[in-house]
Amino acid sequence: MDVVIVGAGMVGAACAYYTSRSGLSVAVVDRGPVAGGTTGAGEGNLLVSDKVPGPELELALLSASLWQRLSEELPPGIEYELKGGVVVAASEGSLATLAATAAGQREAGVEAHDVTPDRLRELEPHLAPHLVGGCHYPQDAQVQPALAAAELVHSASRAGALVRPGEEVVEILRDRAGAVRGVRTNRGELRAPVVVNAAGTWGGDLAALAGVNLPVLPRRGFVLVTEPLPRLVRHKVYAAEYVADVSSGSAALQTSPVVEGTPSGPVLIGASRERVGFDRTLSVPVVSRLAARAAALFPVLADVRVLRAYHGFRPYLPDHLPAIGPDPRVPGLFHACGHEGAGIGLAPATGLLIADAIRGKRPALDLAPFAPDRFDATCPVT
Amino acid sequence: MPHSKDDRRTPETGCAAIAVVGAGPAGLAAAVTAADHGLDVVLLDAAAAPGGQYYRSPAVGLGANRPEALHHHWRAFAELSARLAAHRDTGAIRHLTGHQVWTVERTGGGDWILHAVTGGGEEAHTAVRARRMLLATGAHERQLPFPGWTLPGVVSAAGAQAMLKSGLVLPGRRIVVAGSGPLLQAVALSLTRAGARVPALVEAAGYGAYARAPGVLAANPGKAAEAARFGAGLAGARVRVLTHRAVTEVHGDERVEAVTVSRVDRRWRPVAGTGRRIACDALAVGHGLVPQLELAVAAGCGTRPGPDGTHAVTLDEQLRTTVPGVWAAGETGGIGGVELALSEGELAALSIIREVRGGVRRQEARRAVALRRSRHRLRAFATLMGTVHRPGAGWSEWLGGDTEVCRCEEVTAGRIRTACEELGAGDARTVKLLTRAGMGWCQGRTCGFAVRELAAAHGTGQDPGGPERRPLACPVKLSTLADLAEPG
Ligand SMILES: Cc1cc2nc3c(=O)[nH]c(=O)nc-3n(C[C@H](O)[C@H](O)[C@H](O)COP(=O)(O)OP(=O)(O)OC[C@H]3O[C@@H](n4cnc5c(N)ncnc54)[C@H](O)[C@@H]3O)c2cc1C
Ligand SMILES: Cc1cc2nc3c(=O)[nH]c(=O)nc-3n(C[C@H](O)[C@H](O)[C@H](O)COP(=O)(O)OP(=O)(O)OC[C@H]3O[C@@H](n4cnc5c(N)ncnc54)[C@H](O)[C@@H]3O)c2cc1C
Repeated sequence: MDVVIVGAGMVGAACAYYTSRSGLSVAVVDRGPVAGGTTGAGEGNLLVSDKVPGPELELALLSASLWQRLSEELPPGIEYELKGGVVVAASEGSLATLAATAAGQREAGVEAHDVTPDRLRELEPHLAPHLVGGCHYPQDAQVQPALAAAELVHSASRAGALVRPGEEVVEILRDRAGAVRGVRTNRGELRAPVVVNAAGTWGGDLAALAGVNLPVLPRRGFVLVTEPLPRLVRHKVYAAEYVADVSSGSAALQTSPVVEGTPSGPVLIGASRERVGFDRTLSVPVVSRLAARAAALFPVLADVRVLRAYHGFRPYLPDHLPAIGPDPRVPGLFHACGHEGAGIGLAPATGLLIADAIRGKRPALDLAPFAPDRFDATCPVT
Repeated sequence: MPHSKDDRRTPETGCAAIAVVGAGPAGLAAAVTAADHGLDVVLLDAAAAPGGQYYRSPAVGLGANRPEALHHHWRAFAELSARLAAHRDTGAIRHLTGHQVWTVERTGGGDWILHAVTGGGEEAHTAVRARRMLLATGAHERQLPFPGWTLPGVVSAAGAQAMLKSGLVLPGRRIVVAGSGPLLQAVALSLTRAGARVPALVEAAGYGAYARAPGVLAANPGKAAEAARFGAGLAGARVRVLTHRAVTEVHGDERVEAVTVSRVDRRWRPVAGTGRRIACDALAVGHGLVPQLELAVAAGCGTRPGPDGTHAVTLDEQLRTTVPGVWAAGETGGIGGVELALSEGELAALSIIREVRGGVRRQEARRAVALRRSRHRLRAFATLMGTVHRPGAGWSEWLGGDTEVCRCEEVTAGRIRTACEELGAGDARTVKLLTRAGMGWCQGRTCGFAVRELAAAHGTGQDPGGPERRPLACPVKLSTLADLAEPG
């Protein structure tokens, strides 16, 4: 065994896919089922539109092209759709901010088209009339995350990967020099010189098993699911304020909704962001605010019934960037976690970068901004 | 009372001592007992009239002049209804009919807010506040899929009974009743009394298994007498009772024309070559009941698996759930029948009174002892019943690869098998995520049990999972939710 990947969410699945294809012998271990963590509790937006120029956008652009390739290699059941995103503004002020953001994104390689109110109506006939304009991002796409993760794991297992659901890693085994030599699980030992921490929101706990600090925190999100509808919403549609919410460092609630149709009919209204630990109770204030904002964007949805609400806990790191790459503090330990609200979108690039890093290849992107030990100065081990 | 638009966010002023959800036997008994002892009660139920599953009253004006012909224990209901009416008049009980509670919320001060919707097209919202909450939300019928179960003319057994009780319509003229559990006998008998011919009652288990617990039977002579009454009634109506058999196929193009009934072994696996055709124009099927746990789960109450393969709320001797301030009674705490629901409702109310008052009087304490005793006896019988009629693991061998398991999303047994065997699903939630089984209109209420069983059968030994989390107990309009939002 060359590599043990801990976590079979979207990120672990992508790591398994790329490492097993690069000829390494791999095991994927998850204490639950495939996609049983945050991957099964979120949405499948693959967005470039909500990212400002910088390392995360570079990761997103690399991922966008990898997703396109994956959509040809994996079965159509993963519901990949290059549907495009539409960001809308309700005031001249927010439209100006949006246009400035788009200009910067264009320079970084994002396709972004400013949109007049008339053109908005063409793109999305049911949008509220009061909107003053927006921006169209053709590279935004979507996927069904649980199926995509399961298919990636399935494909890895056909390439020889060992897949072990229902097995919990309880210890990271180290040699005298402190280097990783495998993991101990509730069922036994798995020996390998490399362990990949793809434990998502629980990535901090896994890092602690290796004695290192990685301050991953849960950031809760609710999603509303409506009854199945004929296609009313064609793109991913969200308000310009959303980008500010995504990058907010505040623990308080943010709720600018992303509204989107799905191939199976229901409209998804997601998602709130708040740091409240692992609180699993339904919050009426949160879901009602999501509902109000969605109905303000699409008045036709007012009479539609919400069948379901679900929630998940995004793996959040204080600077909103994931941890990707080798841990200089523990030889053999690699991290691939902390992708917050973008782990589905960013998974393929993460998997590819991890596979390259393990094999000692020069990674396609500079890993410095994602360095796992970058918080040691600011957030001491607790 | 619906609210004006601006004050919908805040529940109506005032805080009841106790909110009871469900006006079936358990909820009714609890509400009137609590009111008898001076507590102010809010009683909410989705239905237009009290009674729950069992005492479902015929809709007004349908000419059912003898509803008591359709069920026993009618006297108990008549008496409870009269007490309810009296308490409504004095205002001790506020009875909110047609109010479906879609979620419950705990306030910082430890009160409960119950959010309900009313009305059909013109949906309105009400929020009720109470110090304590009693959940008596009953159960819904358990369905197992089989080839042909989606054909028109196949109805649920409880559904057929409900249709009879509320509208007095028959699903057909020659109706086979099939599945498992004592409910089938009641349904078959009602159908014949309403004029249908029931050529066969097809029971997958055997009644002989009850005899293996003579102590439980001896302690419940009423149940034995009831069984004897049903047996005699069925014989009189020329209903053939076929045990250890199951409907394994339904025939007909547009609707049911006949069914194939096969012998099944102890694990409910069909025995090859034993199929027999029975002509009929309708099939009423049911495999017992499943507790309705949405609100209990939303409130954070612990649950436990029962002998019948369903999950129920965990309760202590005082009928307290694992969450302080929340009680449960009746089928919410495990399937057990009307008599048990009545006892538990009253017992839960006495337990609440004890907590509110810091004690009870002698007479009430004595009553509680008697109720607890009968509860124990009836729960023992319920356990026996649940064990006897729990679907055997071989039931899934009825299924073809193309048999639909989730009707809302049209997910076949074959797709569920693939999700388990190729994509690694082994629990109900993952099957749902990978196939959409249970994501449709009914949110898995119909297929949930079957999906969990299939996941356990085809998965790789993962825990099939507990009860579904359905944070909205019923569909709610987006505008209704939106109206609850704080401005800003
Ligand atoms: C409401 C909501 C909406 C979202 N919408 C989007 C979106 O539209 N687009 C997008 O890109 N992202 C979205 N996200 C974020 C995205 O879901 C996450 O970033 C992503 O799923 C993280 O994947 P992961 O593989 O890192 O973590 P997970 O999927 O959580 O996987 C981690 C796995 O590790 C396992 N594990 C943990 N500890 C151990 C251990 N000790 N031993 C064994 N196994 C262990 C867990 O069981 C789990 O399965 C959303 C999130 C939420 C909550
Ligand atoms: C066809 C049939 C025949 C039966 N025959 C017999 C028999 O012969 N002998 C016997 O002992 N038992 C029989 N039973 C079982 C009996 O009906 C139940 O044991 C009994 O009704 C349980 O009472 P309960 O109060 O727990 O629940 P229920 O009677 O199910 O009442 C629950 C109530 O809660 C309400 N409710 C649920 N959720 C919500 C919500 N979210 N918001 C608002 N209201 C809600 C429902 O509308 C319902 O009125 C039969 C059942 C059926 C279906």
